[in-house]
Amino acid sequence: MVGVANVSRIEQQSTVHGTEELVINMGPQHPSTHGVLRVILKLDGETVNDLDCDIGYLHRGTEKIGENITYTMFIPYTDRLDYIAAPSNNLAWVTAVEKFFDWEIPMRAQYIRSMVGELSRIASHLLWLATHALDIGAMTVFLWCFREREMVLDLFETAFGGRLTVNAFRLGGLHEDVPDKFLQLTQEFIDIFPSRIDDYETLLTNNRIWLQRTRDVGIISAEDAMDLGLTGPIIRGSGVSWDLRRAKPYAAYPYLDFVVPVGENGDIYDRYLVRIEELRQSTRIIQQCLEQLPGGPVTCKTPRTIKPPEGEIYHSIENPKGEFGFYIVSDGTTTPYRVRIRPPSFINLGGLKKLCVGQLVADVVAIIGSIDIVLGECDR
Amino acid sequence: MGIVEGKFSDNFITSKVDSLVAWARKSALWPMTFGLACCAIEMMASGAARYDFDRFGVIFRATPRQSDVIIVAGTVTHKMGDAIRKVYDQMPEPRWVIAMGNCATCGGPYANYAVMQGVDEIIPVDVYVPGCPPRPESLMWGVMQLQKKIEQEKYIRR
Repeated sequence: MVGVANVSRIEQQSTVHGTEELVINMGPQHPSTHGVLRVILKLDGETVNDLDCDIGYLHRGTEKIGENITYTMFIPYTDRLDYIAAPSNNLAWVTAVEKFFDWEIPMRAQYIRSMVGELSRIASHLLWLATHALDIGAMTVFLWCFREREMVLDLFETAFGGRLTVNAFRLGGLHEDVPDKFLQLTQEFIDIFPSRIDDYETLLTNNRIWLQRTRDVGIISAEDAMDLGLTGPIIRGSGVSWDLRRAKPYAAYPYLDFVVPVGENGDIYDRYLVRIEELRQSTRIIQQCLEQLPGGPVTCKTPRTIKPPEGEIYHSIENPKGEFGFYIVSDGTTTPYRVRIRPPSFINLGGLKKLCVGQLVADVVAIIGSIDIVLGECDR
Repeated sequence: MGIVEGKFSDNFITSKVDSLVAWARKSALWPMTFGLACCAIEMMASGAARYDFDRFGVIFRATPRQSDVIIVAGTVTHKMGDAIRKVYDQMPEPRWVIAMGNCATCGGPYANYAVMQGVDEIIPVDVYVPGCPPRPESLMWGVMQLQKKIEQEKYIRR
């Protein structure tokens, strides 16, 4: 009876003193918001009751810039949207513009595009793993992932001259053929990379702390994920096998064999497993590209001034973070009439409220990390 | 130093307070992680295994209260400007600023309504590091330039 009396006294106190929601501001300067995201959390004790995202701290007016410059000049700006996987963005833009024309893109260029796209997926997932693990408290993973990421950046440097913002592709193919050294170094990289993925897994996959922080946290069902329009590893983690490389193949993907990994529970841990498996599949795809790489030219004959016919197109590709698309309206001149970017981060961030409400405040950091956002493309 | 020359036993160094303070300050520059955009990724790479910023005594801190230098890495938008100023004001003196990359230097490729044309519109900048984004080596160069600048500063007023 003593216990009951205590409980009633606590209840009495709480009605006397009253409890109220605590509003906490997280960001825009916060190390675990992956850039300049601002989240306004409404807390009841440690439980998240509600949250609100404030974005736009990195709004650079990229869409407006696109209306004022030519189609070729816009390629470097796409680098700076999802700057972690710059070649993927280039690929989205050039394949979108090429959809206006009936150019025959040479197969060598298509294979190199796929290969570099997969390398950028590896670079992106490595950075995600590094920062996500760092947010949860694993320092070693950060250092190990950056070790391999530097190797990928070295490959970009060999092929295109840039480390991060590479401006890799051109309308109609590539700027020039990749050097032999690039192919050789890529082969060396993918020979050692699978063992390095195993290394990361030894650190995390069966780690008790990692399991407690990630398993059954931030669950989203397949229906909810589809309703919110989420794409990329987050929807595959919920068990939906949706991958634009498979659904709407582009570049050399129709000729490549790979598995689209899916999760079961849709929690942070499943998203982690999906991305780790994607690293392995990317390695497989690159190996196939190297084996099947045909010879020949790397660019088709394109007019000196690119003037798409009047009309509109939408084209999207599977970026490391999800469906990355461009909607272009052309008025028949050298500059687009309207460029609209469909960024995966922006739309995936829409699921943050659904994922976080009811969770503990410490898990918000883990959930933001598991969505894998880049504010450059979110705010555009 | 002619007066004190040879007056003390071995293992004894004579120096000016200015040099001693400057040496101490330049050898432990703790920057605040203020990643805004693409440059932040190169800043992280600078702190990671290959480039290893710890060699210079550069250890990234996540709070302005513990940091000496703010590396503004990335595009500064007008919306972000207030937050940067606030964070800069929270840093204890002496404090320095490195503007990393073309965007923080002068707006870079974004000359439009949304982007501030250089972070020096709101906070005083000590070192500008060019590049889009600068390589980690460039950032290292920037930090070394800042160290040279700190060496030359005078702290004792006559």
